[in-house]
Order: sequence, then C-alpha cells, then structure tokens
Amino acid sequence: MHPALLGLITITIGVTSCVGYFYLSNLFLDRVLYPPRGPNAGRNINRANLIRPWLFLFPALFALGLYLAYPVVETLRLSLTERVAGGGYKWVGFDNYSQMLSEPKFWEAIRNNMLWLIVVPAMSTAFGLLAAQLTDRIKWGNIAKSLIFMPMAISFVGASVIWKLVYDARPAGTDQIGVLNALYIWFGGTEPNTWLTIPFWNNFFLMVVLIWIQTGFAMVILSAALRGIPEETIEAAIVDGASPLQIFFKIKVPQIMNTILVVWTTITITVLKVFDIVFAMTNGQWETQVLANYMYDKMFRANDWGVGSAGAMVIMLLVMPILVWNVRNARKEMR
Amino acid sequence: MDNIAGTKSTLSWVVNISVAILVALWLFPTVGLLISSFRTADQIAVSGWWKAPFATEQNLTLRSNAPDTQVQEGDLYVIEGRLDEADMDISVWGISSRAIDAYQPGETAELRKGGTITVQADGRYRMENTEAFGGKRGQRIFVTAITPPQLTVENYDNMLLSEETSEGMVKAFFNTLTVTIPATVIPILIAAFAAYALAWMDFAGRAILIAVIVGLLVVPLQLALIPLLKLHLGIGIGKGYLGVWLAHTGFGLPLAIYLLRNYVAGLPRDIIENARVDGASDFQIFTRIILPLSFPALASFAIFQFLWTWNDLLVAKVFLIDSSGQTTVMTNQIVELLGTRGGNWEILATAAFVSIAVPLLVFFTMQRYLVRGLLAGSVK
Repeated sequence: MHPALLGLITITIGVTSCVGYFYLSNLFLDRVLYPPRGPNAGRNINRANLIRPWLFLFPALFALGLYLAYPVVETLRLSLTERVAGGGYKWVGFDNYSQMLSEPKFWEAIRNNMLWLIVVPAMSTAFGLLAAQLTDRIKWGNIAKSLIFMPMAISFVGASVIWKLVYDARPAGTDQIGVLNALYIWFGGTEPNTWLTIPFWNNFFLMVVLIWIQTGFAMVILSAALRGIPEETIEAAIVDGASPLQIFFKIKVPQIMNTILVVWTTITITVLKVFDIVFAMTNGQWETQVLANYMYDKMFRANDWGVGSAGAMVIMLLVMPILVWNVRNARKEMR
Repeated sequence: MDNIAGTKSTLSWVVNISVAILVALWLFPTVGLLISSFRTADQIAVSGWWKAPFATEQNLTLRSNAPDTQVQEGDLYVIEGRLDEADMDISVWGISSRAIDAYQPGETAELRKGGTITVQADGRYRMENTEAFGGKRGQRIFVTAITPPQLTVENYDNMLLSEETSEGMVKAFFNTLTVTIPATVIPILIAAFAAYALAWMDFAGRAILIAVIVGLLVVPLQLALIPLLKLHLGIGIGKGYLGVWLAHTGFGLPLAIYLLRNYVAGLPRDIIENARVDGASDFQIFTRIILPLSFPALASFAIFQFLWTWNDLLVAKVFLIDSSGQTTVMTNQIVELLGTRGGNWEILATAAFVSIAVPLLVFFTMQRYLVRGLLAGSVK
C-alpha cells in the first residue's frame, strides 16, 4: 500500500478511535454504570465524577508511561546486563560502566560535552539578550527578530549542510568557495584550512551551528521578559542619572534573571541531547565525539546494548539536576 | 526620558547598525546555500557564492552545431553559429583539451579532420571546409570566457522532476510528510483531553501528576530508543510508520499536555461554571467550549510538533528506516548525500533547501503561534 494512503488511514483510525474512546467511555459511565437518575442519583453523580478524570487521562498516561517512564527503568536494567548470543540477557553488574569508563572515546565525549555545555548556552543566551535588547529599540525590530529567529525552523541536518558550505575548503591556489577560508585567505592566510579536522578547535566550529540555531529562541523569550519589566524602575534609574549600560546591567538584567535561568537550562537540555549536528558533520571523527553520538555508535553500529544503555544513563544523570529543579519550580507555582 | 534625548540620535544610529550586522551574520550562511542551489555545478566549483552577482571567468567546454546543419556557400561548406546563448566575453580559446588557451579571439585554427574554425570574442564562430563536414557531433571548443551572472533552476528540475536524478529526495519528501502528519495530529487530541482533566477536574493526585509531566518534559529520548525498539519488535510492529508515529506521539505528549494545560487552566472560570450549571456534561464542555477556545494553544503545539517531527533524524533512524531503503526520510537522505556526494554542492544545497522549504513556510506564516507557544512553554 502507498505510505501516503496508509498515513491517511492511520490519521482517520487514530482520530476516530481517540474521539470514539472518549465519547463511548463517557457514555458508558453516564448511562450504564452510574446514571444520574433514580434513587441513588446524587451518589451516582459523585462516583461518576470520581472516575471521569481518569477516563480523560488514561490514553495520555498510558502513552507517557510506556514511551517515557518505562524506558528509563528498562534502560537502567539493560545497562546492567549483557546480551547473550542466541537470545536472553546476563546480569553483569557494573561491567558495562567500567568498560565504558576505560574507553578513551568516552572521555573524549565527556570532555567535549562539557565544552558544549559551557559554551553553547552561554553564547546563545548572551547573543539572544543582545539581540532582544537591540531589536526592541528600532522600527524594523520585528523583521530583524524574525530573521534571527528563522534558524529555529531549520533542521539540525539542514543547518549542518549550510555550515559545511561555510567551512568548505578547496586546494590552495584555487578560489575558495567556503566563506571562512575565503576570509582567511583574504586576511593574509596562506594555506586554506579544513576547519572540521583541526582537533579541539573543530568542536567550536560545530558549536557555532547550535548557537546559530538557539540564539533566536533565547531572543524571543528574553525580549518578552524585557518588555515585562515595569517602566517605573527604568524611569527612576534615568532620573537618578544612570547611563544606558548601567540601566541594562543593573536594572534590567537582575529583573529578568529568572527568565535567563530558564533559557539557560532549556538550551542546556538541548545541548545534552545534541546528536544530528555531530552525526552529520563529523560523525565524531577528529576528536569531536559527544555523548549522544557515542551512545548511538554503541547501540546501533557496535550493537552493544549494554554499553549503549550505560551511555544513555550518563545523559540521564546529567539531566537529573535540571529535572529536579524544574519539578520544584512547577510545584512552587502550583501552591 | 528627556535627559537621554541629546544622545539619542547617535545612539539609535549605532543600534541600527549593530542590528543590521547581527541580522546579516545570521542570514549569511543560509543565503549562501540558497544562492548556491541556483548555480550550476561549474559555477559553484570555481567561485564563491558571494560572487554570483558578478561576471566570472570560467573555462567552458562547448560544442559547435552538428555537421547536419552545414550549408554550402559556393565551393565551401560552412557551419556558423554562436557558442552559448548568453553574452560571453571570450579571452582565449582552443580546440584541444591539452591546449585550451591556444588561440586569441578572431584567430583561425586548423581542424584535425580538415577545415578551419574562427571564434570571435562574443562567441560567434564560423567553420569552413572545402569538403562536407562528416561525423554526427559538432566540434568541441574550449573557451575561457567572462560570463555574466546567471542563475538557474536546473538543480531543482533535476531533483524534483526526474526520477533518475532526484537522489531519492522526492520519495523521501512524501515519506517525511507521511511521518509528520499523523505524528502531529494524534498527540494533540490525546493531550487536549488530559489537559482539560488536569486543569478543570478535581481528583486526588492531580498535583503529583502535573509534577511528573514537568519531569518527563526533559527526559532525553535517547533513553527510550532501545527499550522501545525491543518492544516494537516484540509486539510485531517492527520498524515502520506505525512505530515512528507511536514514538513521536509518546515523545511529544509531555510538552503537549504541559502547554495545553497551562492555557486551558487560564480560561475564564465563569464560562465553564455557567455551562456546568446549565447542565452540560464534562464531555460537552470539552468539545463545545474548551476545544474552540484553545485554538491558539493547539496551533502552537501543532507547529512545534510539526517542526520537530519534520526535522527529526534520530527517531526516524531508529524506528522507521530499515535496510530496504524504501522508508527513508529527507533528513536521513541528506546525511547520506553528505557522505556520497560530499563535494557536489549543487545537489547538497538543493536537497537541503527542498527539505528546509516547508518548515520555513510554516515558520513565516505561523510565527505568531510559535512565539506564543515558546513563551507559554518556557517563561514559568
């Protein structure tokens, strides 16, 4: 069957069965199980209202449990076992972890991930803040914003192609078609560089791609926060003779600190999961390995589910503090 | 604000320039690829895309008209014509690949098979021979010429209209669409009901559930790859569209529920309570009041989910793409092209833009909802 037709059928089946489930289960509850009539009408209404939320929630909870909660537990289990030839699993304790810790590629991935974690959120937030502050003051600010925001819509893979052209290198003596090398030669460089193969520094050339994508996100959120600052505080500062720079750093930034933190952590999570960019541009060669790509390598190329799962658990561990912080914030708000 | 009025004109001038630089920096890489996708392979290989608006010096290999166009003038057989239709300015030319710069414009060369050829600077040429020209194809002529800037849609023609030269992108385009649409529609419906329950129904454990969903928001989907692939293989779904739809639904739900709950919880209490007093059931309240009023939030999430599933590589690689090669998506296809066609920028650039075009269209038409969704999802 043609996949598009299959897709259409799936949408129809999916949507009808969803609507059908909600409609019929409600009908069943109200007509058959606890009808709001007869001698026990009052009690029945109360009982129906006790059950109804769970009817509404069931599909979502089922999907969340199966697709996000169960895998966390299962990955933990897999990371402590090893596949035995011919099927089945053998308990190996922390062998997978110790094997992983003894691999130089893993430590390379950890080092690079730490670099990414420091540089990308910091640069994206800084550029985002700068762009937000500047574009709020000019007439064509909205157009400027949407152009800086645009990379958000571009896939990591598309962005990788875009930046690979920027980093492209042609043999010395011929015209360079990559902007970076063209500039390098123009400023007096002699030999064109293949930027993505220079160990250590190539990490930064990869990071640029993610910074380029995430700055727009930071800008949009921070710009809304900047506009939410009470006008009086700024007017008071002006009256007291504060310079524009002082107003920005001493009045505005402290007031949006919370939002900056939210932006920072959101980008941090994106960074921890970064896979496509490294996969498409260097595939971890020339010392650019990162955790997510290391894990993919182990799971689907080496077919070593044990070590792959151990790698995934490391990512989970790194996300954990942010997870706890988010949940605590959400609960604080709820009260 | 009077006391900064004096500095304002210079300051705003500086601000304008800074923003212009920032925007240019951000736009530059994308524009580069876009322009490259409209240039021929030869043009891309010899000059940077920023030179596209200027005339360039190029080495071209062209052919004269075929011998069957020759005419007889007296006792001379003549083939006349013009190399390349566009305006060129030929600096040197030749008739052998080993000496492409042997002749100046206006000079006459002896042809190996007899006869002569004269090429003018503007590309006009005249071949003369006392005997009839033989063979099927025209004479090869190597020219070094300044050619005016020229953009072409040939790359897109090759990729979109012809099966052999499409590099699998057309099929991948439809596959991507097939993945994306159900994976966007289904989670919305499931999440909307859950969001209503979490926002407007009272039950024990509601606060804990919300906290759990906030927690699940950041769980890396890397953890889910192996367990779910095992599950899919175990229950017979295997690798395929159904698996990838389910996976995207599961991974998209936390954000969907979170966004929609925040929005639905902010709807005016009066409307919902009045409806209750009038005897509407929860199901009716949901379908008649909540759904229509939540349109902006639904649109926000739909855009997120659409962009995310359209641009996704990892989930498709794990849950969809099997060894048959029939179910590839565009992102995967582009990564493969990066491997096999690494230097062919006309193919890469065009492929990338075919895949980027749809999200960009969605982005520019629905930006309002995207921004609103971002704000609702993060500023908390």
